[in-house]
Amino acid sequence: MALGLLVAGAVVATLIARHRWWLPPLASLQGRPVDRLFLVTLAIISAAFMLVQGLLALFVWLYRDRGQRASYWHEHRALELTYTIVPAVVMTGLTVAAAGLWARIHSAPPPGALVVEVRAEQFGWKARYPGPDGRFGRIDPRLFSPRQNPFALDPADPAGQDDLVLDISTSAALHLVVNRPVEVRLRAKDVVHSFFVPAFRVKQDAVPGMVTRTWFTPSRTGTYEIACAELCGPLHYIMRGRIVVQTQEEFDAWLAAQVRP
Amino acid sequence: MAHALPHLDARTVGELSFWRRYIFSQDHKVIGIQYALTSMAMAVLGGVLALFIRLQLGWPGRSWPLLGRLFPGGMPEGQMSQAFYLAAVTMHGTIMIFFVLTTLLTGGFGNFLIPLMIGARDMAFPFLNMLSYWLYPPAIVILLASFFVSGGAAGGGWTAYPPLSALPQAAPGSGLGQTLWLVALAVLIVAFLFGSLNYITTVLQLRTRGMSMLRLPLTVWALFVTAILSLLAFPVLLAAAIMLLFDRLGGTSFFVPAGLLVGTTPVDHAGGDPLLWQHLFWFLGHPEVYVLILPPMGMVSDILANNARKPIFGYRFMVGSMVAIAFLSFLVWGHHMYTSGMHPLLGTAFMTTTLVIAVPSAIKTFNWLATLWRGKIRFTSAMLFALGFLSLFVTGGLTGIVLAQPPVDIYFHDTFFVVAHFHFVMASAAIFAAFAGTYYWFPKMFGRMLDERLGRWHFWLTFAGIYATFFPMHYAGFMGMMRRIYSPQLYAHLQGLAPLNVFVSLAAFVLFAAQSIFLYNFFRSLFRGPRAERNPWGATTLEWTAPSPPPHGNWGPALPVVQRWAYEYSPPNAAQDFLPQTAPAAVPVGREPGALGGDGERRR
Ligand code: HEM
Ligand SMILES: [Cu+2]
Ligand SMILES: [Cu+2]
Repeated sequence: MALGLLVAGAVVATLIARHRWWLPPLASLQGRPVDRLFLVTLAIISAAFMLVQGLLALFVWLYRDRGQRASYWHEHRALELTYTIVPAVVMTGLTVAAAGLWARIHSAPPPGALVVEVRAEQFGWKARYPGPDGRFGRIDPRLFSPRQNPFALDPADPAGQDDLVLDISTSAALHLVVNRPVEVRLRAKDVVHSFFVPAFRVKQDAVPGMVTRTWFTPSRTGTYEIACAELCGPLHYIMRGRIVVQTQEEFDAWLAAQVRP
Repeated sequence: MAHALPHLDARTVGELSFWRRYIFSQDHKVIGIQYALTSMAMAVLGGVLALFIRLQLGWPGRSWPLLGRLFPGGMPEGQMSQAFYLAAVTMHGTIMIFFVLTTLLTGGFGNFLIPLMIGARDMAFPFLNMLSYWLYPPAIVILLASFFVSGGAAGGGWTAYPPLSALPQAAPGSGLGQTLWLVALAVLIVAFLFGSLNYITTVLQLRTRGMSMLRLPLTVWALFVTAILSLLAFPVLLAAAIMLLFDRLGGTSFFVPAGLLVGTTPVDHAGGDPLLWQHLFWFLGHPEVYVLILPPMGMVSDILANNARKPIFGYRFMVGSMVAIAFLSFLVWGHHMYTSGMHPLLGTAFMTTTLVIAVPSAIKTFNWLATLWRGKIRFTSAMLFALGFLSLFVTGGLTGIVLAQPPVDIYFHDTFFVVAHFHFVMASAAIFAAFAGTYYWFPKMFGRMLDERLGRWHFWLTFAGIYATFFPMHYAGFMGMMRRIYSPQLYAHLQGLAPLNVFVSLAAFVLFAAQSIFLYNFFRSLFRGPRAERNPWGATTLEWTAPSPPPHGNWGPALPVVQRWAYEYSPPNAAQDFLPQTAPAAVPVGREPGALGGDGERRR
């Protein structure tokens, strides 16, 4: 009985949540198959949830002690094989579907993708665009200076001369182009952080000593939020960043305005 | 196999001093109870820390002047400091996982039950066993001392990812508190290793006559497999913890790469790799979750069979799936690292092994259901909690299937969805099994019965409280609420979550309060409960052939001899609805259960 209530409660709660507490509206192309895979999985596990909790409730009700004698029954090969094989088949299906999608997410970004670097630090985000030459300059942490050289660029490297560095937690935003793939290369200055953009279904850790990568295609113009998803210190919870997705023309105009005189 | 240990001669035990009998005891039962009581105290502490977490998440930014006066360090002016919040999160996880569940399930139930259920007089190495327990309180002292050092307790999460946990300057909680955390863990791990060695040897060597491996109750199988898991997995964390200590204190760089800056200060390390820690940690971390769920699976199997008055369904599949789970659990650790930056092909591999492990879990679930089918279910408190375990395990196991798929886990990783997942499948399920075990074996442990009416109240409030607390967390995860954040208020995508968080916090308070019913019942029954018979539940396994509570050495001069498997419930053509494992094959059924308890048994 109580388990029946539980199943009903879970269903009702999910229906309410569907309206109030659900995934944020999707704003990227590769998020679409991700959401679909999630919804398929959710459907499967919800069915399994109702089936198993339902059976549990039913058995508890049917076989409560009413003076009957329990049956002496403890082996049934066919039954056991059934509930070995059926979950195995379902799991295989999910594995195949997820493996394909995972491979696509981690494929090389298409040619023509925008490339930006994002650096995580306690407790904010900085971004770097390669500038007109399309190349990122060398980084040398020893040259770091909070004001003059926040990205620790090496002035000796000509590729870095035109790099555009922005503080996307405070004054600026990470500007991206709608429907144009973007590869984000992630660095971390101090500890592990995680670049999380809920609306894009993107999350990738920024790990000190490594450059990690992720690419995606924003599909709607607008302003989005970057969150840090890996505990990184006391102010972890304020470690936000801003993303602006705009059309190519708007983006070009913005970029032109940024180029240092 | 059955042999008497000389120091356990019942006559000399009476002459042991109070200290040797109850404090520095080598008796597995006393050690088990010591482990259990200490774990209970730690559970209260871990629970209080959880309330601090929920207080903050339910009402972020609110000031609580009274608490400010009580905890001026953590809550200056009544407002929780961020460092204290993270210390609470970290210590809650650490305490609950290592200092409550591991110690309670393996140290408490393992110690108490293994010898009694296999017909042994004690563990194989009683002295080592005593040592194992006596490493636990020092570990606690070291851990708790960290609350009082400058910077406070560790604040890097129970997973302690470096460089945050490696660089003292990276956060307040990364100072001395983190060092103490590592030392405490290292000490406790040594205790676990002593225990595991002991359990494995005991099960292999000290089974009584007739107790073949395939006659072992599933509880023993579970504890045995768990001990093997611990013995193989914990040394890896021990090594990692020592390496991290070296990084912190010895100037090595296992986990810290070159070129880091904390604030504006360069870090003087080079050559390490933060992902190495994550691999080492989760190589233990995932098996650890099975260390915490296998013993519950075993205990619940026995309690379900007993209270449904039916043999456990699919005994061999149960053993097989347990072994399969244990083996596979060493091959799935990378599912905690899908977004960590490890190679994507590893993600594919770990997803495959992870979804494979769902199959033996499903087998177990359906076997439990089949055990109930056409049973005769008796709703004792123990049974209620065992049924509750089933419900919780299913709920939590299913969300694991979502998380196992890396493309989907990208979104859910490090959100409250994960928090909901493991609180169902591991935390709550294991606690329910521990409650079930307590209601079931309390009579054997202390020779008195717990109050069943209070037990039912306790169950219903806890069951409702758990679902009310943890189920809504899935929705917070849907919205993308990150774990371990001090406040969700700043984020645009988390607006609208406040009512949900308030609800969860209130439910958590009710849940916590409901546990006082249990504590009251426990301590009252300890002294006032009605005397327990030898076999109050009509159970088949060997511990119920010993007196309640069993004396030193557990049985009289002769050990019980096992004639059959552990699940002879409602056998056909028998007058009585169970046959103890010791019932001789030819004995006319229907005799008093007590009379079947071993040959020539006498009470001292
Ligand atoms: C059907 C079987 C299961 C599957 C497929 C599964 C899958 C997963 C996955 C993929 C994660 C990582 C999620 C993330 O951090 O993004 C996870 C986390 C976790 N799982 Fe499971 N799981 C299963 C069963 C269990 C069981 C039986 C337990 C414990 C007894 C458990 C305990 C945990 C814990 C403690 C975490 C979180 C660790 C942390 O980040 O602090 N899981 N699970
Ligand atoms: Cu961060
Ligand atoms: Cu895991």
